[in-house]
Amino acid sequence: MNSSSSAGTERPPPLAPSTPEPLWSERLTPGAHWSGILRRGVSLRLTALEAGANVAALLYNFELLSERYSMADTLKAQHTAFLTAGCVCYSDMGRILCSISADSCGWHDTFSGLSDEALITRRYGPSRYQEARNAMHMNGRDSVLNELGKYGLGKRDLIDNINFFSRIAVGADGTLRFDPHHCRAGDFIDLRFEMHTLLVLSTAPHPLDPSPRYAPRAIQLQAWHSGPAPAMDACRSRCEENARGFRNTEMMFLS
Amino acid sequence: MNTELQAGNALQNITVAAGEPWVGYVQRGQTLRIVDLEGNQAVDTLFYNAQDLTEHYSASDTIRGAGNLYLTTGVTLRSNLGAPMLTITQDTCGRHDTLGGACSAESNTVRYALDKRHMHSCRDNFLIALARHDVGLQKRDLPGNINFFMNVPVTPDGGLTFADGISAAGRYVQLRAEMDVLVLISNCPQLNNPCNAYNPTPIQLMIWAAG
Repeated sequence: MNSSSSAGTERPPPLAPSTPEPLWSERLTPGAHWSGILRRGVSLRLTALEAGANVAALLYNFELLSERYSMADTLKAQHTAFLTAGCVCYSDMGRILCSISADSCGWHDTFSGLSDEALITRRYGPSRYQEARNAMHMNGRDSVLNELGKYGLGKRDLIDNINFFSRIAVGADGTLRFDPHHCRAGDFIDLRFEMHTLLVLSTAPHPLDPSPRYAPRAIQLQAWHSGPAPAMDACRSRCEENARGFRNTEMMFLS
Repeated sequence: MNTELQAGNALQNITVAAGEPWVGYVQRGQTLRIVDLEGNQAVDTLFYNAQDLTEHYSASDTIRGAGNLYLTTGVTLRSNLGAPMLTITQDTCGRHDTLGGACSAESNTVRYALDKRHMHSCRDNFLIALARHDVGLQKRDLPGNINFFMNVPVTPDGGLTFADGISAAGRYVQLRAEMDVLVLISNCPQLNNPCNAYNPTPIQLMIWAAG
């Protein structure tokens, strides 16, 4: 295996299975920020329209915004440092916000956080609206703060986010290395929402992307009605922890 | 440089019993030492900017800033705004975790069994401490924390394990505050994990004036 990249020939090409009739679809421009409510039973496909994409994501229970994605609970329940198909995203209340029903990428970063204005300016130089108009440089933290504000949330609600499509290799001594060849054009991940979720996204550059050129990538969003996880499901059966996590989540929707 | 710090000179020198919370302030320039008195005790810790409590410790900002998953001497603990909060100036343990977060009643039902919900947990400690001290923080202000003296290695293929501890009786970590911070600690009561030999134990906290 090529030690510098997981983008070798061992990975099948990213051929996304077709989905039922989409409820809606939308293209996120490079450097965009976005938020929306994804109801239980809706699935959302994120597709990288170009190689090298990154999508920072934060998730909150839309019915109880103090309940939010927990990096720690997600990682320790599933004994993993990264996310891929079969994994679920846990809230800090022992429940599942969404499950990952399909993924062509194999690894999504959980612990590297968001780019910020200081980093983007240092790496790429200044680029403000007055000169660049809507091509101005965007950073992850300001982007998600912008979206959080629309729901009465603010910087106290910043959580450790997911960076979809990015892979950070970890050395034996804990050192981090960004994999620049990880995400291919057409790579996709399917998020199946198990509770009503506020999803906040930013397509600003990954904070550890060493490229000297500011070049965020576009993302396609496509939502469809999938229903929540069925009784026989790879996410549910991945580990006993997930079976209990689904049970906790389903309790909330009994009436 | 801090080896001359003596217990007799400490502004505070207290013992926190197993399973108890602690809330306190450390001023900019002051030194906080956390001592693992009996070995392999997890000390779940959060920091807040004492002047603006919406600025809190951030695991991902700390990891990215350090370029390393594990916390040890020289690492700067960073906030959700990327600002330096404290710097680890001494560490006789060698490695501390910031991926594993705190235990809670709810996550215990996922990780261990549904009938573990009643057991005392770090988040219950955090919440009762915030309720008692009424400092203006709520559950939404509890981000992922540090687990001092915990060993949670990540393998090259991305596996994550709560490994046997590498701490021992008397080992300590020492931090210099880079801003005035509110400190929120839960001396972890977890009884379901072999990493502490199923035996939570007391810790010692010492604070020294700016040198």
